[in-house]
Amino acid sequence: MVVFQMVWKVIGKNKIPTLIQELNKEYEVFTPVKKENLVFFERVSSGNEAFLDFQNTKKSPKEVFFPQTEILFTYEINKQGVEIEKAPVLKRDIVLLGIRPCDAKGFLLLDKFFSSGEYKDLYYLEKRRNTTIIGLACNRPLSTCFCTSMGGAPFGKEGMDLLLQDINDKYLIETVTERGEKLIKKLPWLKDAENGDIDKVRSLSRNVEKAIKSKVSVEGVSKKLDGMFDNKQWDLIHEKCLGCGVCTYLCPTCCCFDILDEATTKWKRVRIWDSCQFSCFTLQGSGYNPRPSGKERMRQRIMHKFNYFPKNYGENFCVGCGRCVQECPVNFDIREVVEAISTDIWREKDE
Amino acid sequence: MHNVENSIREAAKKLLSEKKVDLIVGYERGTLPLRTTPCFVDKAEDVRKLVWNENCDANLSKYLLSRKENVGVVAKGCDARSIAVCIFEKQIDKEKVVIIGAPCLGLIDKKKVKAKLDGRELLEATIEDEQIRLKGEGFELVFPKKDFICNSCLTCRHRNPPIYDVFTGEKVSEAEVDEFGEIADLEAKPAKERWEHFKEELDKCIRCYACREVCPLCYCKTCFVDQTMPIWFGKTNDLSDTMIYHLVRAFHVAGRCVDCGACSRACPMNINLREVVKKTEKIMKERYDYTAGLSLEKIPPLGEFKIDDSQEFIK
Ligand code: SF4
Ligand code: SF4
Ligand code: SF4
Ligand code: SF4
Ligand code: SF4
Ligand code: SF4
Repeated sequence: MVVFQMVWKVIGKNKIPTLIQELNKEYEVFTPVKKENLVFFERVSSGNEAFLDFQNTKKSPKEVFFPQTEILFTYEINKQGVEIEKAPVLKRDIVLLGIRPCDAKGFLLLDKFFSSGEYKDLYYLEKRRNTTIIGLACNRPLSTCFCTSMGGAPFGKEGMDLLLQDINDKYLIETVTERGEKLIKKLPWLKDAENGDIDKVRSLSRNVEKAIKSKVSVEGVSKKLDGMFDNKQWDLIHEKCLGCGVCTYLCPTCCCFDILDEATTKWKRVRIWDSCQFSCFTLQGSGYNPRPSGKERMRQRIMHKFNYFPKNYGENFCVGCGRCVQECPVNFDIREVVEAISTDIWREKDE
Repeated sequence: MHNVENSIREAAKKLLSEKKVDLIVGYERGTLPLRTTPCFVDKAEDVRKLVWNENCDANLSKYLLSRKENVGVVAKGCDARSIAVCIFEKQIDKEKVVIIGAPCLGLIDKKKVKAKLDGRELLEATIEDEQIRLKGEGFELVFPKKDFICNSCLTCRHRNPPIYDVFTGEKVSEAEVDEFGEIADLEAKPAKERWEHFKEELDKCIRCYACREVCPLCYCKTCFVDQTMPIWFGKTNDLSDTMIYHLVRAFHVAGRCVDCGACSRACPMNINLREVVKKTEKIMKERYDYTAGLSLEKIPPLGEFKIDDSQEFIK
């Protein structure tokens, strides 16, 4: 392990555009951008586009590494046979600025999924390996944020290279990894932080963490789910779910995909997002579907997040960002399901 | 409002205890401010969970489509109309459904509230005397309720369910509103600009199909989107593919859409999907004097052929 010196820098909020401008010379920079009323992560070409006064983005930043539609290669079938043209490789390294701690933790979980085992996902990994993540700690978590129940924290550093922490008119920049330190070295104009400021963020971090009210008792849930595959409760749990893609598409960890060939002027093999909530998820060529109804599909979602993934990789596959809770069209609240599994008290809500 | 809520509970209790239905589908309190969530009650003592307010926004007719048991369902005007369309189209068995009709209060559009709060999170909301009080970290604001009513409700002429088995509460007077005024600006634009507008809007689509899943009239066992033999069009979120999805869906609901607004409310990307179908609704009205879901007997214009149908489009 390389030991690096943890440094604290400071940057005035009004200097963020300058920072982005400078990073842009060398990197593809993605930041939160406000469009109408929604905030998304987008590639920015100027410093003024970044919008950092947000709680969390509508879509998760996973699409930077795992886009909804990704061309894997293109090909032509001609007399000589099949001619394959590889998808273009990354030209410049990436900087992601303004990543929330839950989403950064989400990347670590996606890393496990895309890089473990015999086959590595080169498309994901190439982008991921060449990315520096500048996080942004949360001063104002949403009422639906339950990161602390999922092993994260509003000032969490896991998965970050650098972490911005907001104190009034400036951000303190904490170096978390060597990669982060490298980036800092390229920005000699950044001032050193003062001890007083560091103390300030430490107490802020404690206070914000204490202020998180949404708590889910997830301990033991994975074990309980072991014996729940045939449980009758699934009939009731899924009942209101309509089987859309909102929860899984917006989720920072969901990563199911489908691969298909499409023809325009050339053939292309594309990877697109898929969702276990869709009726054609795991529909087989024969017409058989092992998950024929909403019940099996909701069970898959809950099982994958809180049982299969923990078994395979040692962690829950949810970071508590709350996007699915906020956006489900019928207010299906995953926190209630986890809570019910954990406490054995099933939904019975009196006025 | 409370008397409607009580009579919904009473009606539900009666239906369950007299064994007229096995299940009631209604609304219960949700987990977030301004939200309710669909609720399934099969015991008479549980009817106290049922609520009735301006946030009962799901179109519950969707839950009747795959049911084998006898079901009582709470329905606003538009919900009852979509049930009527589904009954006519033989997707819902009239004999197995008891419609508990309720006069609609007009739904609150959470997206309008969000836009007003501009990034500040809503933590608590109360509605009283046509006013809505919004509370959050460091703010408490009061607005007239009408500022946040869904566009579909603002143009609604059928707040009282036209079809029902039990009516709860008292009928409200129907407003004489300009049903199609909201698309006038768009209609006035040249085709090219309209196309640009739709392109811009639909480019935001992530093809989560929430608009299809919540739509009571999108009940196809296998939607054309999901068919693989043949594949009708691409499944990526490339704009040309997304466009096909939306155009074809608009055709499929044309003449059937009851303008419940569920599609627009569900869209996480804030796409105004009603706009696409509203025009087809207007054409149905102007050409055939037809409004979907008002009758169980009348054959819808697109469901029958008349030899004297005007066919000026054949040139
Ligand atoms: S967003 Fe809600 S309705 Fe859609 S699949 Fe998820 S839980 Fe079901
Ligand atoms: S399951 Fe929901 S709360 Fe958990 S990470 Fe995914 S979107 Fe966030
Ligand atoms: S199976 Fe479902 S829950 Fe698991 S990653 Fe896929 S979409 Fe997400
Ligand atoms: S879009 Fe058309 S094919 Fe698909 S479910 Fe709706 S009506 Fe059926
Ligand atoms: S298209 Fe939209 S407004 Fe029309 S019936 Fe379907 S969900 Fe309701
Ligand atoms: S709900 Fe919105 S984002 Fe989802 S498919 Fe429909 S238009 Fe697209």
